[in-house]
Amino acid sequence: MTAADERAQEVATTAEPTSRRVFTFNDYMMFGAIVIFGIVGPFLFPNYTFQIAVLWLMVLFAQTWDVMGGQMGYNSLGNIFFFGAGMYICTVTQIGLFTDVGNYTSSSDGGSFQFTPDQYYIGVAVGLVFAAIGSSLLAVALGWIVFGLRGPYFAIGTLGIALGAGELVGAWEWVGGGGGIPIPVYPGSGDGKSFFYYTLCFGAAMATFLFLKWLYSTRFGLAINAIRDDEEKAEAMGIHTMRHKTAAWAISAFFLGISGGLFGNMTGFIEPLEVAFPAPTFGLFMVAMALLGGKGTIWGPVVGAILFHIVKEATWTYFLGWQWVALGVIIIVNIVYFQQGIVGWLQEKYPHWFGIEVEARNAGAKRAAE
Amino acid sequence: MLDNLNLLVIAPFLNVQLLLDGLFIGAIFALAAYGLALVWGVMNVKNLCQGEYVIMGGYFAWYIGSKGIHPMFAMPVAIVGMFGFGWFIYKIIISRVVEKDMFTSLLATFGLAIVIQQGLNLAFGPEVQVANSGYPTHTIPMLGGSITVAEIKFYSFLICCALAGAVIFFMKTSRMGQAIRATSQDARAAKVMGIDTEQVFAFTYALNAAICGAAGVLISMIWVIQPFYGITHSIRAFVIVTAAGFGNLVGVIMAAFGLGVAEQYGGFVFGAEMQQATVVGMLLLVLIWRQVQMSRYRQAVQ
Repeated sequence: MTAADERAQEVATTAEPTSRRVFTFNDYMMFGAIVIFGIVGPFLFPNYTFQIAVLWLMVLFAQTWDVMGGQMGYNSLGNIFFFGAGMYICTVTQIGLFTDVGNYTSSSDGGSFQFTPDQYYIGVAVGLVFAAIGSSLLAVALGWIVFGLRGPYFAIGTLGIALGAGELVGAWEWVGGGGGIPIPVYPGSGDGKSFFYYTLCFGAAMATFLFLKWLYSTRFGLAINAIRDDEEKAEAMGIHTMRHKTAAWAISAFFLGISGGLFGNMTGFIEPLEVAFPAPTFGLFMVAMALLGGKGTIWGPVVGAILFHIVKEATWTYFLGWQWVALGVIIIVNIVYFQQGIVGWLQEKYPHWFGIEVEARNAGAKRAAE
Repeated sequence: MLDNLNLLVIAPFLNVQLLLDGLFIGAIFALAAYGLALVWGVMNVKNLCQGEYVIMGGYFAWYIGSKGIHPMFAMPVAIVGMFGFGWFIYKIIISRVVEKDMFTSLLATFGLAIVIQQGLNLAFGPEVQVANSGYPTHTIPMLGGSITVAEIKFYSFLICCALAGAVIFFMKTSRMGQAIRATSQDARAAKVMGIDTEQVFAFTYALNAAICGAAGVLISMIWVIQPFYGITHSIRAFVIVTAAGFGNLVGVIMAAFGLGVAEQYGGFVFGAEMQQATVVGMLLLVLIWRQVQMSRYRQAVQ
């Protein structure tokens, strides 16, 4: 009997049925491996610090998409909206705290305004907080509009929101319009900057993971699973579905807003269509990653994102020109032939790895006979 | 923005111009939307690469035009070619997602859309293209101004009507049309009655691709095509079908004209760069309006 089996046994016999253990043994192993890589990664591959930081953002994307798509059954194609919203809120806050936004954005070089180091760090901190809260509020407001939609209408409606937002921001001169905004310059060396944002990205991804891991073990997690399985029945059981859906979207927007603020600062220049609201790239990647790993599982999005990012970088490097075709083919094959994803498949095959207990096929019959 | 609105009041002939352009372009939207309604209604597949089929049809016309042949001759080639392509796509991809849940078809066709876009981009380059029909543009004095009507727009309108008529005639009278209508009512019952539903699905999907291809030929002559313009056409088709509902041909045509006109007005009043935003805005308006409409019947805890 393996350690995991023993633990599962122990949980099954001693714990209350309502209090599910948040972490199993295998979870500790996986999480430990990821944390170790996250810490030593930038020292082992110093040239790839930016890429690994983006990898953590990808992990965050896939997880936040999965809150809605996997756990609640609401497949959004427009979650990238909160990424862009967070990016713009963060940037505007960073600038607006210390100088006039209109002046700053209207000049091509970011104006002659120089941020002191203190102003910069305060700006980033306050900006990220505002980005997170602002995105959540936007999610609440939009949820009021789109949560009456089901299935494909929800997906198309949210895609419309993301595409429309890019166009609208592009026409809004106060935030730079289609020309974009140059982000305040980091007061320090290039290495210092990449290390600073690497730490923040890694922290954000891990915080998201731990928070969601905890969230799925609570009553809230069960409620959104119930909404996925049968919304009408869930409602009949007294679950306030509208409130749960809105809260779930606000949670996903909260973390996406932070990731948007970080990504904007990392790239150093933001503009609406390619960087802030890239529905055909990042917006689609987050869905593809969650599906590749297996939606509706806690590890699926993480595994999917890591794998996807590595494959993507490899194709971008070695099949330049064909990378998009390769990406489309991956999505089609994944969707059509391998829908449960990697972790979903493992979970079916080896449920005990995940601390799930499956009764033997004849156990029920035996008990009935007794 | 207000200046533009004011201009519309001062110069009424501009309204006529926008209305006419809207109707001409709306007729083509109606074709693509009817194809989507067909596929959606018969096999419950939300085809998000509708716009890419339109653009593919457009490239048929552009390619033939660039070889010195009149692009109008691309019409039969595009219809046959896209029919074959649709059949092929059905066999390798769509037949496997028909039975799955709704999101599967949406995402699979989204992936397909990316592949087609990039394939076109690699084959023909990212430039905006026009298939030149060579017909003159007429200026007609009217209401204290003058409106311009390109002859090709008028012809394309007639061709749209003819194509729509042909499809309706086919659906009403032919054996396959009857089978398609039976399958859309109840696929299982149709199967019991001896209809090969697999064949019907394949035919419906291929027919949709052919209709889109024909629409694309017209689009390439009266408007512009570019490998990445497909998504807007897809969204237009979704707006129209969502507003009209499938199986409602008159509704689809009216909604298509409405969208065509609304888009022209949106582009004029808010500026040309907001034309795509207008389409997306219309989609959201339609969805919200539908929801308000349905909320009377909903008895949920709110």
